[in-house]
Amino acid sequence: MDERIAMMHDDPAVDLTVDGSAVGGLLAAVFGAEMTATPGQCASCRTVSVVGTMRAYVRGPGVILRCPACAEVVLRIVQTPRGTMVDARGAAYLVVDRG
Amino acid sequence: MAIDWQLATVTAVRDETPTVRSFTLGLPGWSGHRPGQHVDLRLTAEDGYSVERSYSIASEPERAGEVHITVERIPGGEVSPFLHEVVVPGDRLEVRGPIGGYFVWEASLGGPLLLIAGGSGVVPLMAMARHRARAGSRIPARMLFSSRGPDEIIYRAELDRLAAAGDGFVVAHTLTRQQPPGWTGYARRIDEGMLAEVIEPLGAATRAYACGPTALVETVANGLVRLGLPPDRIRTERFGPTGT
Repeated sequence: MDERIAMMHDDPAVDLTVDGSAVGGLLAAVFGAEMTATPGQCASCRTVSVVGTMRAYVRGPGVILRCPACAEVVLRIVQTPRGTMVDARGAAYLVVDRG
Repeated sequence: MAIDWQLATVTAVRDETPTVRSFTLGLPGWSGHRPGQHVDLRLTAEDGYSVERSYSIASEPERAGEVHITVERIPGGEVSPFLHEVVVPGDRLEVRGPIGGYFVWEASLGGPLLLIAGGSGVVPLMAMARHRARAGSRIPARMLFSSRGPDEIIYRAELDRLAAAGDGFVVAHTLTRQQPPGWTGYARRIDEGMLAEVIEPLGAATRAYACGPTALVETVANGLVRLGLPPDRIRTERFGPTGT
């Protein structure tokens, strides 16, 4: 896999942040389930929100999801040639829906 | 969950406006989708360089074996100029999906239904409107659609037909930059007064879906809350999976 891959929403007209829904494909590939309609809890402010409503930053070398209430980082995902790095220290929990 | 990449064949290309084009993707193994969901599309160059974009599905799930996407050409973009200038029927594209479970409406969820779109944010809402019509639903539904000028109204003729069907679907347009002579629709950016007029016949139990640029979506979401709509009945999508 080329290291330039990742989710590169770098078209100039795209807003800097989008909704968590926009990275549902990447989340499904990482977690093996549809993730955007399930809840997660911010480890910082303890707000529980649906992943699809979190703020997604997609223009960097990876994807960052931030809490819609306090803007702290909940999840970082970076795809590299060696694999996918997931930093979930900002999440108290995430629900993976096996339904 | 099947989230593997699959090969789609482009079976039709159609111009919607001078800068917006729709593509029909034939997907024999398509598992079906829910209105509002999107697909990821992957382009890979001969040297292995690869880019992904998310595009909302424009077509209703009742259409078997294919999905439609509608793409705005973004000058300087990596993917949309390729789709507009290079892709022709018969070409094959890598697709994965359907994706998303939050920004979704099906007739079984009930209504009344309020759809608010800015520009190519109309695409996932069109899937909902097409599904509503195709399913024979008579749930009261209204669309408020903000475009810059008359030539930039995506799906204009089809929206006129849906509104003329007499099954409870109403469309209100606002043109923010340029209005044709004799224009009787709105002629300003969406504001709280406009939202109040559009939602009034639907009432406080309305399910609202807003998709478009971030500023529009924020205005709509905040305005609807101030008008008394419960936040959990307002679903938003900020321009991510459309138009890029």
